[in-house]
Amino acid sequence: MFPLILLFLPLISALLIFMLRDTHSRGIALGSALLSLAAVLFALNTLRLDPLNHNLNFSHSWISSLGSEISFGIDSISMIMLLLTNILFPLILLSTYNREIYKPKGYFSLMLIMQSALLGVFMAADGLVFYIFWELALIPIYFICLFWGGEGRQRITFKFFIYTLLGSLFMLVALIMLYQHSSNHSFAIHDLYAAGKSMNFQQQAWVFWFFFLAFAIKMPIFPFHTWQPDTYTNAPTQGTMLLSGIMLKMGTYGLIRWLLPMVPDAVSAYSTTVIILSLISVVYASCIAIVQINFKRLIAYSSIAHIGLICAGIFSFKAEGIQGALIQMFAHGVNVVGLFFVCDIIQRNTGTDTISELGGIRTVNQRFAFWFLLIMLGSVALPLTNSFVGEFLLLNGIFQYNAWFAAIGGLTVILGAVYMLRSYQSIMLGNNSANTLKFAPLKTSETIFFAILSVIIIGCGVYPKIILDIPALDVLKMVTR
Amino acid sequence: MEQLIPLIPLFPLIGFALLGLAGNKISKPVAAIIGCMSIAVSFVLSVMVFNSQLTTDHPTTVTLFNWIEAGSFKVELAFLVDHLTVIFLLVITGVGFLIHLYSVGYMHEDAAHNRFFTYLNLFIFFMLLLVMGNNYLVMFIGWEGVGLCSYLLIGFWHKVDEYNRAANKAFIMNRIGDLGLLLGILLLFTHFGTLNFLDIKANLSGIKGNNPTIIIATMLLFIGAMGKSAQIPLHTWLPDAMAGPTPVSALIHAATMVTAGIYMVVRSNFLYTLAPITLEFIAITGLVTALVAATIALFQNDIKKVLAYSTLSQLGYMFLALGVGAYSSGVFHVVTHAFFKALLFLAAGSVIHAMSGEQNLLKMGGLRKKIPLTFLTFLIGVLAISGFPFSSGFISKDEILLNVYYHNKIYFYLAAIGSVITAFYMMRLLMLTFFGSFRGDAVQESHLHESPSTMTIPLVILAILSTLGGFIQLPEVYGGHAYFSGFLETVAPAREHPDIALELKEWIILGVTSIVLFVVYYYTRKLYAENKFEGVYSGIKKVMANNYYIDEIYNACINRPLNALSNSFYTLFDKTLIDGSVNGVGKIVNWSGDKLRYLQTGYTGFYMFAMVLSLVIFLIIGLFNLI
Repeated sequence: MFPLILLFLPLISALLIFMLRDTHSRGIALGSALLSLAAVLFALNTLRLDPLNHNLNFSHSWISSLGSEISFGIDSISMIMLLLTNILFPLILLSTYNREIYKPKGYFSLMLIMQSALLGVFMAADGLVFYIFWELALIPIYFICLFWGGEGRQRITFKFFIYTLLGSLFMLVALIMLYQHSSNHSFAIHDLYAAGKSMNFQQQAWVFWFFFLAFAIKMPIFPFHTWQPDTYTNAPTQGTMLLSGIMLKMGTYGLIRWLLPMVPDAVSAYSTTVIILSLISVVYASCIAIVQINFKRLIAYSSIAHIGLICAGIFSFKAEGIQGALIQMFAHGVNVVGLFFVCDIIQRNTGTDTISELGGIRTVNQRFAFWFLLIMLGSVALPLTNSFVGEFLLLNGIFQYNAWFAAIGGLTVILGAVYMLRSYQSIMLGNNSANTLKFAPLKTSETIFFAILSVIIIGCGVYPKIILDIPALDVLKMVTR
Repeated sequence: MEQLIPLIPLFPLIGFALLGLAGNKISKPVAAIIGCMSIAVSFVLSVMVFNSQLTTDHPTTVTLFNWIEAGSFKVELAFLVDHLTVIFLLVITGVGFLIHLYSVGYMHEDAAHNRFFTYLNLFIFFMLLLVMGNNYLVMFIGWEGVGLCSYLLIGFWHKVDEYNRAANKAFIMNRIGDLGLLLGILLLFTHFGTLNFLDIKANLSGIKGNNPTIIIATMLLFIGAMGKSAQIPLHTWLPDAMAGPTPVSALIHAATMVTAGIYMVVRSNFLYTLAPITLEFIAITGLVTALVAATIALFQNDIKKVLAYSTLSQLGYMFLALGVGAYSSGVFHVVTHAFFKALLFLAAGSVIHAMSGEQNLLKMGGLRKKIPLTFLTFLIGVLAISGFPFSSGFISKDEILLNVYYHNKIYFYLAAIGSVITAFYMMRLLMLTFFGSFRGDAVQESHLHESPSTMTIPLVILAILSTLGGFIQLPEVYGGHAYFSGFLETVAPAREHPDIALELKEWIILGVTSIVLFVVYYYTRKLYAENKFEGVYSGIKKVMANNYYIDEIYNACINRPLNALSNSFYTLFDKTLIDGSVNGVGKIVNWSGDKLRYLQTGYTGFYMFAMVLSLVIFLIIGLFNLI
């Protein structure tokens, strides 16, 4: 029941937007997103009362000759991702208020189709369905970037599309390999799990690296990341929010849901390699963030660093690490969307996002300076903000795996402060530059956006159990198996 | 009493929230009242909690809720109140309140007056969390929180880039230490499965001294302390931290923030006692910091910089005390230092206030008669920090030196030399500011005035505390009863030392100190009050005046290489190598497609030819079984 509602609600609304006038698009989209949020909260409540409730699953026969069913399921781990998606969507839509949107019908309906596809990825319980939704999610964001993006968008969007498509092809190969090994020729996730475990090490290794390639490109981690800064910088603000806030979590979610339980021998054999790659991501991307002159690009690189730590935590294969990864995926989504909104406001008011051309905004708009500060503190993982909990648990998991790795990953504590504080200083403090003399007061929609965001940032930091408790049991089951 | 404990940090938090939400909508007096009252209430509550602790030896724990729980990791948001906590509570809220009160006068003309009190309240809140947490992670909240507040307050005047840089430096340098602390915490959790102070203490029974895990853990924790308490080599942020308004310096240097490192080591004394190597390292770090900072202070010409380096030096003494295992002496010096350093900074603020913002000692002189009350209180502060007999500073430093003497004689002599240097640079400061003739300009001279009573009342109270505060731990030789160390004994065991000839030594120390002080007084008076000093230094003095060029060394060894590395990562690796090869793959595909295109010529004849050719090739392969 719930999977169907969650999938079709945005789709129907997208259809509605297409049929009605341009002026209604935004309102319908926001209304639909709020309804989706309500639906996911109902689902959460159902999950709490009874994790096996039949309403949380849906399956229908499809291509029976291939052994594939249209099958979705909501468990506590996917619930975190559903929550993230459906909490962020209203916010992302809210961020379009007070802004001229070119061809709103197309823009908003594409976003809603994107929502449906993303939710499908997070709920899929069949390999083929997962793959289809995985690819489906790429199509709306491709068009969003292509038609609403900045200068040079054709080339950049094309690269992004081809790069991630290439990754998913490897995943398809891995899925087919697993399918070939499944005892009853089925794509159902549990049959694939069993198939993976029955493979010999060599086969597991292939499956592992094929899956990993797809996820690594999506997240992205070093050295598969070069599509990301260009795409983030070039995409329209909401596109960037979708990509960084939700879409890259497809990769980390994929690791937890599909890769880790699928090929356990390969995971334990290669986890050190992957953690090293992730830690390189952390340090390398943080360093690069320090020297960025464009704020949007800086956030893009900082995102690579944060995701690197999440990936390392997942591969520590400790309950703390995976729990940390889940809450950090949530926290990172919220914070990065906030940062990109900050960037959007700055760009709208000053016409630039080059750090050195800004300065002194705090003098002209104190409130904005406060919100930015708060999001920045969340992003540098100050205790009592959401990402401290995640970062601490991730480092905890990594520490139990290898103390030196934790020390290297911990460098993010220092480097993160370096690039965030430096850019905050150049953008917000000091004397005004010519660009920042006129900085409009925040609009109501903007204030609401920031207020909601800060409630989440502080709320999850002070009382993280609200998120942490949801997947606790399933994660424990996963790591003890 | 348990119900009162959570209220202690709650009131500053409420004050912060009210002030933050109201912003400039409320008038300055209202904001000042909210700001001061929230701390005053906390202080009263602290006194009540202190009273209840006087009669019991048992710590009280108050749990609010489970904070973070994942896998086997579990940590509560909970408070622990014992004898150590209440001492810090009194210092933080008491001295903190006086600093708030003083700020009412000091900041009343600042446009961002209300924001200032907002930050101050938040600062006190985090500091209270730091000393009240019942586990390392709650302590860590406060630990990072005071880092944040110092960042906000140092960069309070945010239009000045130099101040902003100082703020960034403080935060980042603190974070370097914080990483050490964080790793130490993770190690403790991995080893003990808990982060509660009392649980870890209870689990120590089977562990012998010099256990490698304990040594590494204590070292990592101490790295955190070095950052927060500004010990060499993580000390350079503290002298720069005086970029903030003067009450902030008083708050950071005296009542809060820098004492966090001392608190943490004393709180973890059960671990440190098991790691003599770490303790020795702490003692040496403390000693080096005490001496190096003292020599730097000799050649500073900024009134606040002299005090900043003197803080470094005094913190060095505290760590020296901890290093030789005299925990209660260290804490005792924290308390007396809080009194006289807050006094000195606030009095310095009063001087700066009188001098219309001038901080350069070379522009002062002869202020004794113009601002007599400030002079008198400043004098008391100088006497206390220099160790004038029976002032609070004398008694606490005397106890440290005595403990050091029993630990290692060389340390003792070095520390004693350090305290002579202390007396010297403090007397120099006093002479340059208050004696001799006025060296400022006429405009400054015409504006010279004593500060308002909100500023002078805190000065007087702190002066009294600086004079009498030592008597809570007066050595028995002088008729005291060592209340303080006895009170702390339930948390940190006192260091045992043989008291042979103790009495004689005490009297000798008293005599020597007095003589040294008088010599220093006359010498500095001759040198500085009669304007016979050099303003510009050369040679080794120049090196000392410039903080041994440590900032420049860091710049050359860390900042620039990091930037260069980052730049090469970006341009060389990211853009050229990695993205270049990704694009290269794309280009190869494009290129081969471009070339293969020519095969599609559209001529039927060519296709026929290709078909026949292929057939022939397959035939040959089939005939000769090539595959």
